[in-house]
Amino acid sequence: MVAVLCALFGMEHIETAEDIVSDTFLTATETWSYGSIPENPVAWLYTVAKNKARNHLNRTRLFEQKLAPQIRYQAQLATEEITIDLSQQHISDSQLAMIFAVCDPVVPADAQVALALNLLCGFGIQEIATAFFTGKDVIYKRLSRAKQKLKEHNLQIGQPGPGAIKERLLMVIRTIYLVFSEGYYSISHDRVLRKDLCDEAMRLASLLLDNKATDLPAVNALMALMCFHASRFEARNSHTEEMILYKDQDRSLWDNSLIEKGIYYLNRSSEGPVATRYHLEAGIAYWHTLKEELPEKWENILQLYNKLLIIEYSPVAALNRTYALAMARGKEAAIPEAAKLGLTDNHFYFSLLGNLYTGVDKDKARQYYSKALELAGNATDRQTITKYLDAL
Amino acid sequence: MNEFLIAIHRDMKSKDASPSPEQMQAAIKPFQDWIGDIAAQNKLVSPPKRWDAVGKVVKQDSVTDGPYAEIKESLGGMILVRAENYEEAVEIAKGCPILQWGATVEVRMAMAPPQE
Repeated sequence: MVAVLCALFGMEHIETAEDIVSDTFLTATETWSYGSIPENPVAWLYTVAKNKARNHLNRTRLFEQKLAPQIRYQAQLATEEITIDLSQQHISDSQLAMIFAVCDPVVPADAQVALALNLLCGFGIQEIATAFFTGKDVIYKRLSRAKQKLKEHNLQIGQPGPGAIKERLLMVIRTIYLVFSEGYYSISHDRVLRKDLCDEAMRLASLLLDNKATDLPAVNALMALMCFHASRFEARNSHTEEMILYKDQDRSLWDNSLIEKGIYYLNRSSEGPVATRYHLEAGIAYWHTLKEELPEKWENILQLYNKLLIIEYSPVAALNRTYALAMARGKEAAIPEAAKLGLTDNHFYFSLLGNLYTGVDKDKARQYYSKALELAGNATDRQTITKYLDAL
Repeated sequence: MNEFLIAIHRDMKSKDASPSPEQMQAAIKPFQDWIGDIAAQNKLVSPPKRWDAVGKVVKQDSVTDGPYAEIKESLGGMILVRAENYEEAVEIAKGCPILQWGATVEVRMAMAPPQE
């Protein structure tokens, strides 16, 4: 809704758009709590928003005509009949345009995800703060700074042209993936919120896939990747506060329809000549969805991690690659490579070493797990490590 | 950290060259693992490129077909890595799987640009 109104008002009036939307919801709460909920609540909300926006425009038009006729943007509006298009197609178009505006290089990278959640997914400051495991004021500041930037540059919200798509698509994909990861890997215990984040990320990716200009191989790869991960969402989260690791999951809880959907997008993603990191990560995620431990499973995962690390190093990929090496070639081959990673401020590094030495050298395993426990920052991780220590 | 060139020289011209094309085929996976090992330590400077086996040799008055081999060995491939010193770079180079089929690996350190 905010996206549609911003497209109409221009980015410098982003707050007006937001005000109208929250005002609409306020009206809804007031009206609905006294009477019954309308038959089609979504249409009802959009109609109210439309009326409020029209009133606002009429008011400002009056104001602008009398007091500030030099402002051209509004004057132009004044000569036209105001129409607010809230059709499904226009809503999708406006949201797509808004994703590209949010991912404009003028917006600081760390704010893009928060901004996307706020403007495109309708998340409040408190929810975003919970998801990021940080304070409300941090998010508040981050959002205001980002909105200020959007206003300062008065970004045009329009259908992204081929240039913008080419230049910014990877940023857009990255932002969507961060929204997803925030939900999937978050240490927040709010399970509903985390599921919401994953669903929203997949919805945003669908928006891109539904548009011919942005239905590109890398976007398909991203969607495949998210489907494969999401297929394990239920199996991964127990109803207690504990996170269930891959190898301990009840594989019958994996969602087969999501796995199939992922395979569909993975096939579509291979239509281009370039393998992005999302292609490689989707490939890795695909092999993880195989329930049987076939010999080629870990071999393929290892080879894909090799390729991923060659194009983009990250500590997580380095750790996972070493785990895959152990699964494919045995712990003896992986231990010397693990020793060379040198990620000595990372508790996952010591957890990995603990894992590799389990069954090989009990004292060393205990020593590394203890070190991991010392470095682990949150309760969930500490709980997991303690479990492995106890099992030694 | 310094940058080092790891250049792999091997026999590409003799008929019974070692490594043979079959051996090179068999080396693909170990080679990928070796590069993966280096990349996992964040010591790979840039993705390795694949070079063809054709090449041209240019001299002041001639251009002949390559690859260049004054002795038996030609340059077969090269990668750029990060390492503290020669000792570490040599340790990385020793992991090159083509060595077992008679390749020679040359290690060279990149120098800082001359100070004005």
